[in-house]
Amino acid sequence: MRFKEFICFGATIPALQATDRDSAIAELVGALVRAGKLSAGQAKDVTKAVIKRENEASTGMGKGVAVPHVKHPAAKGVIGAVGLSAAGIDFAALDEQPVYSVLLLISPVDNPDKHLQAMENVFKHLQKEKFRKFLRQCRTPAELEDLLNEADENPSW
Amino acid sequence: MVIQAAHHGRTEMHAGDGTVGTPVCESVVEIRNAEGLHMRPALKFIDIANRFSSDIRVRGEEMTADGKSIMEMSMLAATCGTRLTIRAEGTDAEQAVAALRELVEERMFDEPPPEGKS
Repeated sequence: MRFKEFICFGATIPALQATDRDSAIAELVGALVRAGKLSAGQAKDVTKAVIKRENEASTGMGKGVAVPHVKHPAAKGVIGAVGLSAAGIDFAALDEQPVYSVLLLISPVDNPDKHLQAMENVFKHLQKEKFRKFLRQCRTPAELEDLLNEADENPSW
Repeated sequence: MVIQAAHHGRTEMHAGDGTVGTPVCESVVEIRNAEGLHMRPALKFIDIANRFSSDIRVRGEEMTADGKSIMEMSMLAATCGTRLTIRAEGTDAEQAVAALRELVEERMFDEPPPEGKS
């Protein structure tokens, strides 16, 4: 599954206002609402569900990245948002380091395989140092979109 | 060479070069929980894998993952029904494979199987 099949390019935030985990999640859910992927009425419940999931086990996988996610009825397909923080956010990550890149995924409840396919793609790229570096360097939504499209087209780099 | 038949799947134990050397143990396991190998199961897997000194590799359909890396394990995208080959190499290889096989097939990562199956 490629980035463009689930990342909503209208919901990328190159400079998150949030300085803590829960606000970052809320900010990204808000971006999905503004992009028309979620209704305003669903935002609060989705945010709560992501935070609840995050409290069970951190999705801060180390190396400055976190992939908060939840399966929620609001999602018909996998929908994703991306946020960057230059200052770093405490996600209680596995390596106890701050998180600079946050990929939020909301997956449908009835299609676990789709969720796994999106995750496979996310980690395929996030485990590469070069991709993580380029991601952190993005300054505009257009740069983020270009990078993710480039990653889709060049799965080997 | 010692070959062991496991409860399910196949477990083989042998010395690296046939006589002496590093023990190697391999077992094919099937993902049985409905949601597959998503992040929390993958965390449980690496948590157990990291208790052993053996090198642990997990082979899926398209790639082989380091069994101690959360990112690589997540890249396997192993859905319910997927078969994975767990291969451990080191002095505690047999124990490592036994513990991981139990997590995947018997405990099913402490998650439910697909509806209609038990």
